[in-house]
Amino acid sequence: MGSGDIITPLVMGILLGGLYALIALGLSMVFGVMRLINLAHGDLVILGSYGGYALMTLLGLDPIVGLVISIPLMFLLGFAIQKYLMGRAFGISSEAPLIIAFGISLVLQNANQILWTPLSRALNTSYSNLSFSIGLRQFPLTYLLDFTAGIIVMLALRAFLIHTYLGKAITAASQDKKAAQLMGINTKRVYGYAFAIAMISAAIAGVFLGMTFPFTPTSGVSFLTIAFGTVIIGGLGSMLGTFIGGIILGIVQTLGGYFFGPASQMLIVYVIVLVVLAIRPQGLFGR
Amino acid sequence: MSDKPLLRITNIDVFHGTFQALWDVSVEIIRGETLALIGANTSGKTTLLDTISGLLHPAKGTIEFEGKDIAWLDPYQIVELGITQVPEGRRIFPDMSVLDNLLIGSYNGSARSKKSQNLEKVYQHFPRLQERRKQIAKTLSGGEQQMLAIGRGLMADPKLMLIDEMSLGLAPIVIDELFKALEQIKERGITILFVEQNVRRTLKEADRAYILETGRVALSGTATELCEEDRVKKAYFGVEVCGV
Repeated sequence: MGSGDIITPLVMGILLGGLYALIALGLSMVFGVMRLINLAHGDLVILGSYGGYALMTLLGLDPIVGLVISIPLMFLLGFAIQKYLMGRAFGISSEAPLIIAFGISLVLQNANQILWTPLSRALNTSYSNLSFSIGLRQFPLTYLLDFTAGIIVMLALRAFLIHTYLGKAITAASQDKKAAQLMGINTKRVYGYAFAIAMISAAIAGVFLGMTFPFTPTSGVSFLTIAFGTVIIGGLGSMLGTFIGGIILGIVQTLGGYFFGPASQMLIVYVIVLVVLAIRPQGLFGR
Repeated sequence: MSDKPLLRITNIDVFHGTFQALWDVSVEIIRGETLALIGANTSGKTTLLDTISGLLHPAKGTIEFEGKDIAWLDPYQIVELGITQVPEGRRIFPDMSVLDNLLIGSYNGSARSKKSQNLEKVYQHFPRLQERRKQIAKTLSGGEQQMLAIGRGLMADPKLMLIDEMSLGLAPIVIDELFKALEQIKERGITILFVEQNVRRTLKEADRAYILETGRVALSGTATELCEEDRVKKAYFGVEVCGV
């Protein structure tokens, strides 16, 4: 960063915010529909990163191309988690799914340790180190890809929820479960689809995260924290709100680093999260 | 009207956890009639509707719809068979448009293919819903929300419609409008089971009625028969409820 140049951290913050939004969209959707705080979301995103890594190292697939394989797998995994674990836990108590999510988180972290060792990995591609320029300033190309992916996934989820029958049913079930059941919606199946679709976004987020930052089996925890911050700022359950929340969080982080030094940038982020929680607990765009 | 009941509930007991809400309740609904369930709060009316809809299941007894046992089906399967419920408090989807609320009503398979015809019919019953189809549902007035709830139920293409406390909290002029719509709906051949606390109005609108008291059927019969019962008069405000 050039000294005195505020444009660079600002642009970096916006682009990084797109990645944060991408990571948070699935968390936001599962909460919005099922009122479930999915503690395993960060680890499921990292599972997506390892999926990309596996396809890249074993089959030589570009991580973005590899999504063709990992998206259907993550979709099925999400449906199965909801149907066989969460769905049953919902019948026991409202805390049970939270504990199951925590259990999934631990299982994934340890499985990834065994499979991939605790060493840090990255999704390095031929275009990983390319950059693009705005005027005289240079930015990493991967950040632009992150931002683009964030916008595309957000718009796609939004269009899905607004325009398709299944999307409307998911929205209806999130607003009033009993009324949705009485309208002939099989809420168990709809929840399964909602979780599965959240896992599609996690698969995509995992790949773009892995192309931007190195990751380890325990990275999920820190990205879960970022995703929490994003949805708290943006408002749980709103796709557009989550996206804008991600951008705000990204900008706060990079400008915080610019003004107060890199060591305090995340501190500034969480101070802002706490301020939002105190002033507007439903988030800036929440209902 | 045929003699064979459309819905036959035989000796059901229903519990909320350990609390028994219905005791040995038997109810029959004949195809094409309008049947009323009358009773005070906590008499078990809503419990009975929720049991028919599959949200609750009876611990004992049977529920047959068109001769098929439905007591253990899930709510969405019950809707597919042709029973729809307009729940108490309307429970429209507040943040969705009027049109989307109606479309959700036709979510289940067979109703979805008839959704444009049914939408047309709903707009005939309630022209105001057509005018306001793009409006967000929670911005409607109470009466309009009730119209939306009934319209949404009709979108499921039902044979039997369960309507819970339709007139609660609404102005008399709106209630008249809603009952007029129910008459049209009945003329289309849809059987109606409705729950009300307004006894005078109910006995005027219904062909037959069941009176529930603390989870048991206390009385049943045609409106005229019930009017002759002293117990009805006594139980409900101790005044003349049946008119002249």
